[in-house]
Amino acid sequence: MTVVDTEATISYDDVLASFDPVMGLEVHVELGTNTKMFCGCATEFGAEPNTQVCPVCLGLPGALPVVNETAVESAIRIGLALNCEIAEWCRFARKNYFYPDMPKNFQTSQYDEPIAFNGFLDVELDDGTTYRVEIERAHMEEDTGKSLHVGGSTGRIHGATHSLVDYNRAGIPLIEIVTKPMLGAGERAPEVARAYVATLRDLLKALDVSDVKMEQGSMRCDVNLSLMPKGSTTLGTRTETKNVNSLRSVERAVRYEMCRHGAVLQAGGSILQETRHWHEDTGATTSGRPKSDADDYRYFPEPDLVPVAPSRETVESLRATLPEPPAQRRKRLQSDWGFSDLEMRDVLNAGLVDLIGETVDAGATPAGARKWWSGEIARRANAEGATDVASYAAERSITPAHVVELEGLVKAGRLNDSMARQAWEGVLDGEGTPTAVADARGLELVQDDGALEAAVDKVIEANADVAQKVRDGKVQAAGALIGQVMKEMKGQADAGKAREIILAKLTS
Amino acid sequence: MTTDLTRASAADLADLLSKGETSSVEVTQALLNRTDAVDGDVHAYLHVDREGALATARDIDARRQAGEQLHQLAGVPIAVKDVMATQGLPTTCGSKILEGWIPPYDATVVTRLKQAGMPILGKTNMDEFAMGSSTEHSAYGPTRNPWDLERIPGGSGGGSSAVVASFQAPLAIGTDTGGSIRQPAAVTGTVGTKPTYGGVSRYGLVALASSLDQAGPCTRTVLDAALLHEVMGGHDPLDSTSINAPVPAVVEAARRADVKGMKIGIVRELTGEGFQAGVQARFDESVQHLVDAGAEVVEVSCPSFTAALAAYYLILPSEASSNLAKFDAMRYGLRVLPEGLDDPSAEQVMAATRDAGFGDEVKRRIILGTYALSSGYYDAYYGSAQKVRRLIADDFNRAFEAADVLVSPTAPTTAFKFGDKIDDPMAMYLNDVATIPANLAGVPGMSLPSGLADEDGLPAGCQILAPAAADERLYAVGAALEQRLLASWGGPLLGRAPELSAARSTSMGA
Ligand SMILES: [Zn+2]
Repeated sequence: MTVVDTEATISYDDVLASFDPVMGLEVHVELGTNTKMFCGCATEFGAEPNTQVCPVCLGLPGALPVVNETAVESAIRIGLALNCEIAEWCRFARKNYFYPDMPKNFQTSQYDEPIAFNGFLDVELDDGTTYRVEIERAHMEEDTGKSLHVGGSTGRIHGATHSLVDYNRAGIPLIEIVTKPMLGAGERAPEVARAYVATLRDLLKALDVSDVKMEQGSMRCDVNLSLMPKGSTTLGTRTETKNVNSLRSVERAVRYEMCRHGAVLQAGGSILQETRHWHEDTGATTSGRPKSDADDYRYFPEPDLVPVAPSRETVESLRATLPEPPAQRRKRLQSDWGFSDLEMRDVLNAGLVDLIGETVDAGATPAGARKWWSGEIARRANAEGATDVASYAAERSITPAHVVELEGLVKAGRLNDSMARQAWEGVLDGEGTPTAVADARGLELVQDDGALEAAVDKVIEANADVAQKVRDGKVQAAGALIGQVMKEMKGQADAGKAREIILAKLTS
Repeated sequence: MTTDLTRASAADLADLLSKGETSSVEVTQALLNRTDAVDGDVHAYLHVDREGALATARDIDARRQAGEQLHQLAGVPIAVKDVMATQGLPTTCGSKILEGWIPPYDATVVTRLKQAGMPILGKTNMDEFAMGSSTEHSAYGPTRNPWDLERIPGGSGGGSSAVVASFQAPLAIGTDTGGSIRQPAAVTGTVGTKPTYGGVSRYGLVALASSLDQAGPCTRTVLDAALLHEVMGGHDPLDSTSINAPVPAVVEAARRADVKGMKIGIVRELTGEGFQAGVQARFDESVQHLVDAGAEVVEVSCPSFTAALAAYYLILPSEASSNLAKFDAMRYGLRVLPEGLDDPSAEQVMAATRDAGFGDEVKRRIILGTYALSSGYYDAYYGSAQKVRRLIADDFNRAFEAADVLVSPTAPTTAFKFGDKIDDPMAMYLNDVATIPANLAGVPGMSLPSGLADEDGLPAGCQILAPAAADERLYAVGAALEQRLLASWGGPLLGRAPELSAARSTSMGA
């Protein structure tokens, strides 16, 4: 038997020449409920270790779980949004295995009776085509505690002198969403994987069931991948790359594993069924724990809980609470607002859709809302390391009403564009409303035509050569004169009006 | 006043307390004195909380003096099986693995006892994690039967039954997974009830088998059991399997003690062969007493009961193997470092601790359960056992169409001698053949003394079973039978038990 380097890779094109990728994604989502899945403990992120715990989530002898009804409702809403069927009757099950961050040494999960099953999610790719991801199931479970391995250089258990466990996370409600095998994506597999996770994230955000922060672990992705020789219909051996926790990493991990599987298979080796670790820094995976289908978790129905049996009325009333699907909403808003594809993409990437929506609702023009929310404030938010403009603005009590007011001042002829920018900077500096800033800074277009005419005369006299060019028909030379007039007026003039007067004097 | 406070029933003590004829401190102190005198021999307690019990008693006495309206059992002391979490008091479940663990919270049942103002005397001995029928599997040594100190007091709740049989407490909390309240009651000449599954909160009861466990009263009279049942029972939002309905009218039923017109079903599969002659004879007499009291007797058949023991010994170990996984030395209880390893991993510490901390019977059942749940075996073992469980429930349903209650001897024999069955698990398991079906079906059951077996002069028990949520029927039938038996005996059966000092001089020679 040949010895095959299981960590080598071949080029992406070489993989695609011989194989079709098959993916399966498992996404864990922490629900944003106020309390844990089976007890009343708080779920706040980042609290002091082991301060959000009780006998139940610590698994103390004698303690018993009670299902969080809000979590069940969230699970059903997620299932419905993923076009799933909702179980009429289902149970929790115990998944038995020993690990120090699992207080009971079993995880209360669901096994063969998930709350939601058989759904799909349509995913739009960059070129506007749609890929349908079939959803196998969405089930409820509890999170584990978090181990911190101390004393080693890597933070991993190997080399650590001791480990600390924080049980604040133990018992936080999780929904695990599992796709069916995703076939036929071909060269677009990495893009499809990324687009699926992104679409799912947007959907969960719109459902308001989770803060879906991949960087904080409230949304975690495991990537299953295998290759099928072209023309074959038999699934290959898969690997499961755990904790791929950014959209970019999902795309890279799929691509990397495709190239690695391709190398192994092409060299005549076989893929070891195992879990693999993803390394953000190197963009590579490394071998984890061998995993087989015979991994025996000794599942059995959780005897401490009664079955979950949502009535059809409950399911329908939850269906009525579903928001408009994000993709559909984006299309509608783009058309309502008259944004170009590029403008809409910028607005989406900047996370400004909701803020612009609110601002338009408050009476601003879509173009104005986009202009003011994506300019100076975005620059400042970025420079100060804020996560997004909306939270930056909210922290400083800068509201859609401010944008509406600013637009009103321009429309009423009190401010020109550059004055409006100054007024907005004042608002961002915390000097008050646009009107208050304009008042305080003395921003006011001069409405006195006499003063403006006098300034024009003065400028024409001082720039006779330029004036002559305009008289000779070089109208664009008027720009230089306008600039001089504005300077003369200390900026407090309407540039359009100055232009009118200059042209009237020189060309008639 | 001349009443021996240690021998008085809880109902009588409540009466004396409310009339001001005694104080809770006086009663509590008398019981603690009794414990000092006899528990060296009986070993019913794993932990006695003198100070705590007396503090509660003083508080209740003061509140009563101040004219406060108190619960009827306020001031009546009680013992609690060591499987119930008690805040600030050790809770070991009879296991070394929990040695030194002090729970930071109270079981719901304990909370209710405290709310009623009942002084908690201490925690009673038990087979480790409630696995056994003799208390010989306690890691802290067995409890001895007050009737004969060389014999077992039953199990797993031998401590709770022995504590009331030896007059160290009028009341105790027991738990019953396959008979752990009823079988000890039978062999100690006391009363014990396993309520309907879900009738009493399991919150804070350290689980053996979650779908079978149920806490209940251990007492000397049927009325006392009803009074305690009422305190313990009722819906608890902390236990998802708790029934959301009022406690059945058990006290009223016990006071009426009326069986006129009731149909009493004798379960064909739970009499005759395999039952000790004297046990069977006392049972037959009990049935006759009920007929004399106006009940009608019918015979019913529950053919699936013959498979109950097998199903039970798959379901119980399966659930137990998972329930006991949490004892891993990571957060509480015993921690043992493996020998010969400088730098053991968490898993190695877990394994060493579980090896040192669990007794043989616990290990046996964890291994059984782990096997029964394993993939490839699940359907054949756990799955089939669940099917048998449904058949047993069907048998009960059919039987309860023909009869209002079912009756049988509680245990096949009277108390056996220490060591007789310790090396023969099957013989030990057969003790529970009559009690297990009720746990599998979730129906309530009671055991009360039916008399002494002729061959050995030891107590035998009569079991009454009722449909789910009809616990009051146990008390109506139990109280009626108790009345007639007391009349025939001319006083309580426990009055015939040897004085413990005498028992010691005859039995403890070795
Ligand atoms: Zn908690």
